[in-house]
Amino acid sequence: MTLTDYLYYIILPVLAFSVLLIVYRFIKGPSIADKIIALDVLITTGIGIIGVYSIIHGRSTFLDTAMILALIAFLSTVAFSYYLEKRNRKK
Amino acid sequence: MSSVIIVILVTLGTLFVLLSAIGLVRMPDTYMRISVNTKAATLGVGLILVGTAVFFNDLSTTSRSLVIILFVFLTAPVSAHLIGRASYFMGVKLWKGSIMDDLRGKYQKNSYILKSEIDDTPENNVDHSKMNDK
Repeated sequence: MTLTDYLYYIILPVLAFSVLLIVYRFIKGPSIADKIIALDVLITTGIGIIGVYSIIHGRSTFLDTAMILALIAFLSTVAFSYYLEKRNRKK
Repeated sequence: MSSVIIVILVTLGTLFVLLSAIGLVRMPDTYMRISVNTKAATLGVGLILVGTAVFFNDLSTTSRSLVIILFVFLTAPVSAHLIGRASYFMGVKLWKGSIMDDLRGKYQKNSYILKSEIDDTPENNVDHSKMNDK
């Protein structure tokens, strides 16, 4: 079993299963904060999947996308929590 | 030799990501879910990116993945703190099995100041036992 086969048939399905679990929490999440946390973990897992894909295909260019995703995750969490506090403050 | 190191790193990272996903589903409380997100998922992604750096064995890729790791490690605690603070002000309750709430009565509702002792103006405090369910 080569490295590519191992990554393709074992690692990626496990990561996809964890994405499914996170999406379950994203849809169900009792409060809106849970949904924001699930979105954050979803993007973090997406960075991991992009790293595994860049090993499989041997292209390091994919890591640039991962960097931009990390930026967007931080920005979206900060913006969501800022507006949540603001909405709360107005009441 | 290097492929053994890559397999070990990527497997450990995937296990941490899977454990964080399971914890996100199983934990009873928003604040515990935040802690799962900050620790396990960040460590897992860091291990996977170190695996890519070992695989390419090249200065530009190594620096790129190190920058991503640094960025994720720096921003995960900040965003966890922000979202935890916002959910505490929103009135998201702690799990009923939680023993103590250190912040009870210390956050001020209108000025958003954190005091170090319980204030003597109880109508201004954020107190979850007096709030409605959200």
